[in-house]
Amino acid sequence: MKAKAVSAPYLVWMAIFIIVPMLLVAYFAFTDSNGAFTLDNLARVGQYSNVFLRSIWLGALSTAISLLVGYPVAYIISHSSLKRQSVLIMLVMLPMWMNFLLRTYAWMTLLEDSGLINNLLAAVGLPRLHMINTQGAVVVGMVYDYIPFMILPLYSVMSKLDPSVVEAAQDLGADGKRVFLRVTLPLSMPGVISGITMVFVPSVSTFIISKMLGGGGNLMIGDLIDMQFLGSAYNPNLGSAISLVLMVLILICMGIMNEFDDGEAQGGGMML
Amino acid sequence: MKRLRRAVLLLACVLAACFPSPAFAQEEETVPLTGEKIYVYNWGEYIADGKDGSLDINTEFTRRTGIEVDYSTFDTNESLYSKLVSGGASYDVIIPSDYMVSKMINEGMLEKLDFSNIPNYQYIDEQYRNLSYDPTNEYSVPYTWGLVGIFYNKQYVTETVDSWDILWDEKYAGKILMFDNPRDAFGIAQKKLGLSFNSTDEDEWIQAAVQLKEQKPLVQAYVMDQIFNKMESGEAWLAPYYAGDAALLVEENENIGFAIPTKQGTNFFVDAMCIPKGCRNKSGAEAYINFLCDPEIAAANMEYIGYSTPESAAKELLPEEVVNNPIYYPPQEIIDNSEVFIDLPEETALQLDSLWAEVKMGGPGDSMTLVLTLAGFLALYLAVVIYKKVKRNREC
Repeated sequence: MKAKAVSAPYLVWMAIFIIVPMLLVAYFAFTDSNGAFTLDNLARVGQYSNVFLRSIWLGALSTAISLLVGYPVAYIISHSSLKRQSVLIMLVMLPMWMNFLLRTYAWMTLLEDSGLINNLLAAVGLPRLHMINTQGAVVVGMVYDYIPFMILPLYSVMSKLDPSVVEAAQDLGADGKRVFLRVTLPLSMPGVISGITMVFVPSVSTFIISKMLGGGGNLMIGDLIDMQFLGSAYNPNLGSAISLVLMVLILICMGIMNEFDDGEAQGGGMML
Repeated sequence: MKRLRRAVLLLACVLAACFPSPAFAQEEETVPLTGEKIYVYNWGEYIADGKDGSLDINTEFTRRTGIEVDYSTFDTNESLYSKLVSGGASYDVIIPSDYMVSKMINEGMLEKLDFSNIPNYQYIDEQYRNLSYDPTNEYSVPYTWGLVGIFYNKQYVTETVDSWDILWDEKYAGKILMFDNPRDAFGIAQKKLGLSFNSTDEDEWIQAAVQLKEQKPLVQAYVMDQIFNKMESGEAWLAPYYAGDAALLVEENENIGFAIPTKQGTNFFVDAMCIPKGCRNKSGAEAYINFLCDPEIAAANMEYIGYSTPESAAKELLPEEVVNNPIYYPPQEIIDNSEVFIDLPEETALQLDSLWAEVKMGGPGDSMTLVLTLAGFLALYLAVVIYKKVKRNREC
């Protein structure tokens, strides 16, 4: 009873600012500009299938890279001394103190044809590389911006991992590879799952990174929605329909991720 | 979007200290407050506000008329539109661009102006009246205007720039920037083909889209404000943009030139003052519009915001180097050969939107692929769920 009373403000907040807007999105998606019911908007979303495929592909790619890079980092951090841990975690968070628009802007000047990296390459006599305005540049930007969201949940799960479990495995004769594959990895799964969710969801729906690093030619779903609401296309009904499809897509993806998370998960890292 | 740059422009104007503010009519008496208030909604950084020694237009208006001004700003025509449509706020004076004015007229969102309350309308030059977005000029009074032209880097582009075709020249592949907004981007293709911006013919839009698709491999990036950086650093050599906004680029960087394709014609854009339906103080709003049309006030305002005025009388009060600068005030023949955007009918707007997405995506998509993708994910989800269930049952 008491718990209910305490949660009331948040429930009201959620109802007004999360549930109602979602219903509005659904309402707009199924109506035309005069408010009459229509399925045209949803039918129109189909023409953007390429954008959806590209967003899913680039989002998945950056999630995979973040996981590959972030897992060892989280592992190393959680296995260093306590004093060091806090410093290292602060270093991971450090870029987030800066506005992410600025960080992306910095990448733009780094990757440009006449940018820092290319000038360095030219200075040491290496051929220049064309990096900006490619899908690769977009992925680099997304990995850079979202990797803390992968490292932090991984770290929080791994640092709570009971060392005696690992010792037990070693005592019973498992070698390093085995200990990792049979003990550490399964126990850190909750962190992996929430890391994947927290990187994949914003990457799929990002808009400004693709605009700045992708040169506008690598349109993503977020750009498309932005165009419908604040751009010259101005069509909130179509924008809502695109958002609705995106929400369904993300819901399904999260459903899949959740399926991998039951059973052994107790460490608690799921931050949905 | 284009307005963001204005802040920088203004700052530089001050740094250059090129426009000392004329001493203003202090002789007039301050009128006591009447208790009246008007709500003004304008682009960001689009009025002289007393910063850097300029005249504070809104305060001056209150001083002369006793009417208080509640001033707020927007950053795109579309956000202005959605705010008015949703009915969340009511304003007395708004300053949308040409095509948005015509859209609002078509949708009955604007009040007719009572020009007997706006005597200073007489100063607006004939050529800026009755433009196609408001053909009978009953709803709007022009505030500023400008043209679209091509910025180029003189070091690399040595030929004469006098045609949009140069943006399709393979010599400059990878060094060309394009507008990241469909109306402006299609506009360039349309003028290259000799078509009208406001065509409602499906085929003409498709022809323009074909041009843009041909151009895409040569385009470095589709950008808006970023052209300033990319042109300055030499990252890009050719970029179409709004003249008034980017005058600074040419003033500050001697390698950068500006040209308007005279023969093919270009886009002539106007931002105009209007009164929306539902305004609460129409006479106050008209007094405000009248005040902004006062040549002295208009000149002081233009000096600060760096745009071109539609009033010859105001132009005479501006410094000579501004008036003689073809970026601000191009020769008459160029203006004669230009065209204004007006609102497109809904069908054309939808077509333009899909064509633009097609250009940027590199090809049309289809519903089947999307449905299959979603179905694929759903199937994967179900497969995982079923697999787990089977496994659990077996274990039990």
